[in-house]
Amino acid sequence: MTTQEALFQYALRLGDTNLILGQRLSEWTGHGPFLEEDLALTNIALDITGTAKSLLEYAAQVEGKGRTEDDLAYLRNDRQYLNAQITEQPNGDYAKTIVRQAMIDCFDLYFYTELAKSKDETLSGIAQKSIKEVTYHLRHTTSWLIRFGDGTEDSHNRAQTAVNELWAYTGEMFEMNEVDAILIKEGIAVDLPAVKLKWEKHMSDVLEKATLVKPENVFMHTGSRKGIHTEHLAFILAEMQALPRMYPDAKW
Amino acid sequence: MSDNQGPVWEVFVQKKSGQPFVHCGSLHAFDKEMALQNARDLYTRRSEGCALWVVPSNAIVASSPEDIGSFFEPANDKVYRHPTFYQIPDAIGHM
Repeated sequence: MTTQEALFQYALRLGDTNLILGQRLSEWTGHGPFLEEDLALTNIALDITGTAKSLLEYAAQVEGKGRTEDDLAYLRNDRQYLNAQITEQPNGDYAKTIVRQAMIDCFDLYFYTELAKSKDETLSGIAQKSIKEVTYHLRHTTSWLIRFGDGTEDSHNRAQTAVNELWAYTGEMFEMNEVDAILIKEGIAVDLPAVKLKWEKHMSDVLEKATLVKPENVFMHTGSRKGIHTEHLAFILAEMQALPRMYPDAKW
Repeated sequence: MSDNQGPVWEVFVQKKSGQPFVHCGSLHAFDKEMALQNARDLYTRRSEGCALWVVPSNAIVASSPEDIGSFFEPANDKVYRHPTFYQIPDAIGHM
């Protein structure tokens, strides 16, 4: 694998992760628990979709085969998607959405802080912009997670159930393969085990504040680095891609 | 939307450092941090400001419509309270 191919895969992985998460979060638009929170989560979804656009635009440019970010988003099948499986998990109740989002926001904060030091100027630039957005996302989702965990018996149980269910998808966020190895040598990619230490420390602190129990020795799902996904991704793509596939080159 | 959305807060936005905080609307929130975050998301997401105040609506003491006569009308015929009868020396320029 050449450095260029690795960089394409890397930008695709990051772009897909943001795209699918942004699409999932957008499902809450107009259905939030109350008006203000509906807007807050929609804002977060929009930030994340914006990051996806920048990353997929860069992936298309690196690939150099004349594809655009829209081609990458709308004309690939689930097995060609490299998003982390946690992003495609259903929204569930609001506690589950918040738990998933807090886990990812926390990862993103430490990940983009490292990516900002990348020797690749485009990735570094995207990361620097994202840090500010993600800092706010994490503040918002953390305060909700603590409210749910340290709230009523019902909200506590829902938050704990979500933590238990989603923890099995967190191991995958830190997996590395040939792509990472090639790009770390070039000073482009982030060393994920280092991010994992910070993420675990941060999540432990937040869960403790929320009076929630951190799961131990959990089976971890895997596969997205090879394009293997849970059953949910294909349904997301069916909805997201229906229009561009039915009306190729449609403008709106 | 249900009616258990929490108490109402008033939002004040400062456009630039040094300028006054201007009331721009209200929102629902259950605590101070949520009120501040909601204010940020509702009222400053299009670069409207650089600082925010949120105040519980019930902390605001307001005059009532019946007060209009006794509170405000006595000022109507007292133009001398406006500092418009002074000659401003040219050297001072625009005030």
